[in-house]
Amino acid sequence: MIEVHLWSSLRSLTGGQQVVEVEAATTGELLKELVRLHPGLQAPIDAGVSVAVDGRIIATGLSEPIPEDAEVYLMQRLRGG
Amino acid sequence: MALDDQKSIFTFVGTRPDRPDGLDKVTGRARFGADAHAPGMLHGAILRSPHAHARIVKIDASKAEALKDVKAVVTRADFAEVPFEPGLEGEFWNVLENVMAGEKTLYDGHAVAAVAATSALAARDALKLIEVEYEVLPHVTDVDKAMEADAPVIREGAADYSVPEGMHPNVVRYHESGHGDVEAGFAEADLVVEDSFVTEATHQGYIEPHACLGSLGTDGKGELWCTTQGHWIAQKTCAALLGIETSQLRVTASEIGGGFGGKTTVFIEPVALALSRKANRPVKLVMNRSEVFRATGPTSSASMDIKIGMKKDGTITAAEGTFRLQGGAFPGAPGDMTAMCAFAPYNLTNVRQVGYDVMANRPKQAAYRAPGAPMGAFAVESVLDELCNQLGLDPVDMRLKNAAAEGSKASYGPTYERIGLVETLEAAKAHPHYSAPLKPGQGRGISCGFWFNHGGETSVSLALSEDGSAQVMVGTPDIGGSRASMALMAAEILGIPYENIRVTIADTASLGYNDVSHGSRVTYASGLATIKAAKHAVEKLCERAAAKWGIPVDAVKWENGCAVPSGPNAGDFDPLPLADITADMGATGGPISGHFEATPEGAGVSFGTHIVDAEVDPETGKTSVTRYTVIQDAGKAIHPTYVEGQYQGGAAQGIGWALNEEYIYGEDGRLQNSIFLDYRIPVASDLPMIDTVIVEVPNPGHPFGVRGVGETGIVPPLAAIANAVSNAAGVRMRQLPMSPPRILAALKDK
Amino acid sequence: MSKLHVTTTVNGDEVEYLCDPRETLLDCLRDKLNLTGAKEGCGTGDCGACSVTVDGRLVCSCLMLGVEAEGKQIETVEGIADGDVLHPLQKKFIEYAALQCGICTPGILVAAKSLLEKNPDPTEEEARYWLAGNLCRCTGYDKIIRAVMDTAAELREAS
Repeated sequence: MIEVHLWSSLRSLTGGQQVVEVEAATTGELLKELVRLHPGLQAPIDAGVSVAVDGRIIATGLSEPIPEDAEVYLMQRLRGG
Repeated sequence: MALDDQKSIFTFVGTRPDRPDGLDKVTGRARFGADAHAPGMLHGAILRSPHAHARIVKIDASKAEALKDVKAVVTRADFAEVPFEPGLEGEFWNVLENVMAGEKTLYDGHAVAAVAATSALAARDALKLIEVEYEVLPHVTDVDKAMEADAPVIREGAADYSVPEGMHPNVVRYHESGHGDVEAGFAEADLVVEDSFVTEATHQGYIEPHACLGSLGTDGKGELWCTTQGHWIAQKTCAALLGIETSQLRVTASEIGGGFGGKTTVFIEPVALALSRKANRPVKLVMNRSEVFRATGPTSSASMDIKIGMKKDGTITAAEGTFRLQGGAFPGAPGDMTAMCAFAPYNLTNVRQVGYDVMANRPKQAAYRAPGAPMGAFAVESVLDELCNQLGLDPVDMRLKNAAAEGSKASYGPTYERIGLVETLEAAKAHPHYSAPLKPGQGRGISCGFWFNHGGETSVSLALSEDGSAQVMVGTPDIGGSRASMALMAAEILGIPYENIRVTIADTASLGYNDVSHGSRVTYASGLATIKAAKHAVEKLCERAAAKWGIPVDAVKWENGCAVPSGPNAGDFDPLPLADITADMGATGGPISGHFEATPEGAGVSFGTHIVDAEVDPETGKTSVTRYTVIQDAGKAIHPTYVEGQYQGGAAQGIGWALNEEYIYGEDGRLQNSIFLDYRIPVASDLPMIDTVIVEVPNPGHPFGVRGVGETGIVPPLAAIANAVSNAAGVRMRQLPMSPPRILAALKDK
Repeated sequence: MSKLHVTTTVNGDEVEYLCDPRETLLDCLRDKLNLTGAKEGCGTGDCGACSVTVDGRLVCSCLMLGVEAEGKQIETVEGIADGDVLHPLQKKFIEYAALQCGICTPGILVAAKSLLEKNPDPTEEEARYWLAGNLCRCTGYDKIIRAVMDTAAELREAS
């Protein structure tokens, strides 16, 4: 199981949980599982998210591997100038 | 990714050769957006709303259309109202609404109609004959007022899932993040400082106005030449707005006269194409400066509350920030980015940050160098400076004590990989500037700054010529000398001279999709792709050498521009230079090219520390920046001169933002300062030399260790200058810009 | 509106054009003579990207009408190099990386050349004030000023 840390305003979409557990080997699977377990997360994921895996921020890639004991944070999609 | 395979000894990288486009740019030969002509070309002009908020009752263009010089008039009806698959939704709809008003005009300068005529003068004359009947609506331009209960609603239903119930409809996105227990943290503090800050909207101020030349036939095939940071996004957006297939529109990026984030979207390009389709002739559209200010994408304005607790030894016990950003009449103000970046330089146990995206009757904000970060840093670093002053702490020591490092938890959540903030602070402490005595009336300011950086879709091709030279095709417009950096990186891998490599910005028909030149991504992502494309070509060169020598390809390696046997057992062959392999490549297997495409995901975050000395004239309120030092982590500087240039440019723009630049709206909701005389950007006589220190803490996510450098440089200046001015004037400055009237008022209230 | 016939000299070449009396010299240089080196950054004389010299005097070509060029000697960025030999300022601008995007460069080169013709030994402050009418948004002026000062020193040595 991978512990996924959400940003705190997402708690209202997960029944108050800020850390949720999912089974996933890639960033794409992770997002799919998040929505399956917490349908409320569909909206923020559709609006755009990044996934930080062990501190490396993955902005878009859905096939990035997630090691078993990885630290995973869901983040808002980053934008640049 | 391990650092083990990262290259650290270089032949070409880190040198400072002349840029390949230098000659064209000093002789006037370089072709920018407005420098293009086409046979049969018409000139376009755009009619803009004089009202901040109004319903369009009627547009009557019949008098304009009757003129013989006028060949087309377009309004919103000429764009893709009927959704073209996959449909105009979300951001595309916002862009269309911004490019040409629909039912309402949402800000002063919003486009309502456009004309194409046989000359620029005829087009401008024709605009005066278009009659628009408006029903003027109440407007709001201030961020705090736009959130009040009685504020006019700009668009019902624009808020997304994130906005808690009970907020004004003008609040369209909400972000909250952090960790720990801030209340407990404040209770542990010896001193808590709480304060509020305001920054005004500024403009990127690129010297080249938006310009394009578009041609679109009734067959749905088109050509577009434009000044842009990203021609693929221009292609995709224009195609969607006009209801044509993306691949049928070929977009060529001109030389770009500055962008800084402001040329990452489209404004006039779809209009030129719509006019062209209607007139059946190419149409050139060029904005004037006033249009650039009124109707492109300035920054957000911001209103912010900060609370930070500190122990007497300088340890931060808790930090809290609320950041309200106004981003014009559309969703998009980067309140979330402000919140996530504001405390990122510090290793905090207890932190909470809240960001709001608020709409108002102003032009749709666009990115401007690290969008959202500078204003947050201004507020946070001002409070840190105040804490240092009140506790008698050295501002660099305090920051070193709390600085984030590898393994510490970022304020936005994850654990940092290898980062270079501590190294920039140590360099600041050791820099002669930091220990230089100040003259009476001067103050010194320090600030740190953070930006994420970005990877993005990237595609690069590299082709070798028979004579052994190489051409590299990249898809990221060169704004600040990136062609030089690409050539250096290709030279490093191929082992041929820098001068033998020509780098071209390919058009959309010549390369796969490339994300925009933004997010400090060009040297990182296009650089990474150039390195990999060059390695791809080297693999093929080694194959040809192996075939020639009759040995296995893994017995061949590439060294100093030659194929050589990989060891004594591989055989005894003289090194085979690249040019000897390419000379007969047609007969040994065909042309040799390398290609790489990916969305690299290892951009690596970046930090900087700035030191500023400022002097305030108490009579006039005028501030002079007397000394400025930028220290920033570049990961690895490919062309150090152009890295310095990014640092200096960021600092100069920050000085403008801090001291003079602001959008000033009247009670009528109209922009009052839409020319450079009144919107005053720094001129040569305003600035000192800007000293730079390039810190190099390699980014684990790039083969040479590159971190983007374009954006971070604008994050610290606002705060560093505000701290210097506050220390010089003896009063905390809480609003930017610190223009002379605001300084005089602050001195009076002291 | 009927057009007016203008005869003028640009970079040593006699040229003619027909222009509307409302058109600026900048419009005429760019659209009629295809000399697109001078740029329009503001149209109000604030940015200097359109700088040219008229009878040796530095002007913003966006503030002068095309018809006013009659009988004048105009010099633009395209005339700074001597054939294929770059002017020392042009060489130094490349060497110092005194440009990033390059849009302001034509105007700054024309203005800097005009400065060095009038004052071969400017102080840094004099150079900064002379160039205060030429906006650059990329460089912070640091490398521009260094390039101008070094060119001045080199030209003094050569003369």
